[in-house]
Amino acid sequence: MAKYLLLKHYRGAPASVNDAPMDQWTPEEISAHVQYMNDFAARLEKTGEFVDSQALAPEGSWVRYDGEGRPPVTDGPFAETKDLIAGWMVIDVDSHERAVELAGELSAAPGAGGRPIHEWLEVRPFLGAHAGTTECTFK
Amino acid sequence: MDEALLRSLTPSVLGILVRRGADFAAAEDAVQDALVEAVRVWPAEPSPSSSSRGYPMRDAKGWLVTVAWRKFLDASRADTARRRREDLVDEEPAPGPVTGVDDTLRIYFLCAHPSLTPSSAVALTLRAVGGLTTRQIAQAYLVPEATMAQRISRAKRTVSDVRFDRPGDVATVLRVLYLVFNEGYSGDVDLAAEAIRLTRQLAAAFDHPEVAGLLALMLLHHARRASRTAPDGSLVPLAEQDRGRWDRTLIAEGIDILQAALARDRLGEFQAQAAVAALHADAQTAAETDWVQIVEWYDELLRLTDSPVVRLNRAVAVGEADGPRAGLAALAPLDAALPRHTAAEAYLHERDGDLPTAARLYADAARKAANLAERDYLTRQAARLNTRLGGSGG
Repeated sequence: MAKYLLLKHYRGAPASVNDAPMDQWTPEEISAHVQYMNDFAARLEKTGEFVDSQALAPEGSWVRYDGEGRPPVTDGPFAETKDLIAGWMVIDVDSHERAVELAGELSAAPGAGGRPIHEWLEVRPFLGAHAGTTECTFK
Repeated sequence: MDEALLRSLTPSVLGILVRRGADFAAAEDAVQDALVEAVRVWPAEPSPSSSSRGYPMRDAKGWLVTVAWRKFLDASRADTARRRREDLVDEEPAPGPVTGVDDTLRIYFLCAHPSLTPSSAVALTLRAVGGLTTRQIAQAYLVPEATMAQRISRAKRTVSDVRFDRPGDVATVLRVLYLVFNEGYSGDVDLAAEAIRLTRQLAAAFDHPEVAGLLALMLLHHARRASRTAPDGSLVPLAEQDRGRWDRTLIAEGIDILQAALARDRLGEFQAQAAVAALHADAQTAAETDWVQIVEWYDELLRLTDSPVVRLNRAVAVGEADGPRAGLAALAPLDAALPRHTAAEAYLHERDGDLPTAARLYADAARKAANLAERDYLTRQAARLNTRLGGSGG
């Protein structure tokens, strides 16, 4: 029982094997892709492994504290941003192996030509807030 | 209305329904419905006269069985398999007195069935044995209620073919309860306390030294809970804990239970772990800890489990009993990828006086930590040593 974040990137991940921008797919290919993602999420809901899924807009703002009494500074998006997160899915699974297996399936979503995208997904374990009950003398 | 009493009755009420001929999944739903009904209609303040309103508080269990059975029959009649189920009900012997003890045990074993994944077994146990609602379980595990509902209904389907009268494996039941205990605290349900309640119930129904060993282990760990974290939530290691805040009543109970179990001379993993916890609990100060005996118990544990995690803990105990060099020597053959291996190495190097190595390893261990409390603690250890080293020009 551990939660994992499956992270999709617009940019920053290694290039997919089937790397064609989505706006150059056919509408049917896009529908098939979206359907695959929805089916995947629905299946995880049924297995009791689904926690959350969100898509993010590509545009973001950078915000920074600018001293007492001043409004925060905003800027950007900075052109040099290397990584851009497209969205995520959070799953709650029994093992790391299961998390990797599911990420592999998600990466097989169909893309251009109806073939799998072979997209790289980042899999990150959640850090629990609690140390559990058992304790060590050292930590 | 005593919710704890209600929940404690759950497994035996469920067992009675199943014995009367209800299938497990339908019976479990019916018991949940009956619990909800009880919360709704039972008076907030039970009094001897409350039975005048038709709620016989003296026999809460009888009330629950009656309501749950009615719910089951209602559901069965509404079901597409109506005829089959009604036949089943007709064929069953008339409801009569049933020994609650055996049924309770069977529910425990069924919910921890080896065909279930650990997370499913835990969820089903908390609902069918613990009487928690799906919402409460979902909150405790920080997943959506729909997710937990699916997990539970899948688990029920998985065990629907399991023969109810087949004895289960006590080790699996204990593992599930241990998993619940280790989830600790989140949301409005304290899972550690819940695990203790269920283990107490199991120990009362089932005479087995390892059940007693697990109960003792939980009590001894739970007794230290108040001292385990600082007011800001940061982690306090065993040696620095305020022993005045340890719950002496729980410790005394844990040690009594453990001693009675050990006297039966059927040593198991949980008894040995509890023995280590008892030696810590027994020491008035950290310096008085009987590390030599703790190493001996770890040797017993190794014989029972041969687990790398036990080897790691043993190496730390050796470091306390025979000095940090001996500890590092015991650590050397172990896989560095083991959880907390780097943290143990850092600690032993610090005690050996090699502060630069210790600081580097603490920082490394912080990056590998599996939870925030440990990561923050280890980061502070690295920062503490680095500040000292920087201050002395090192």
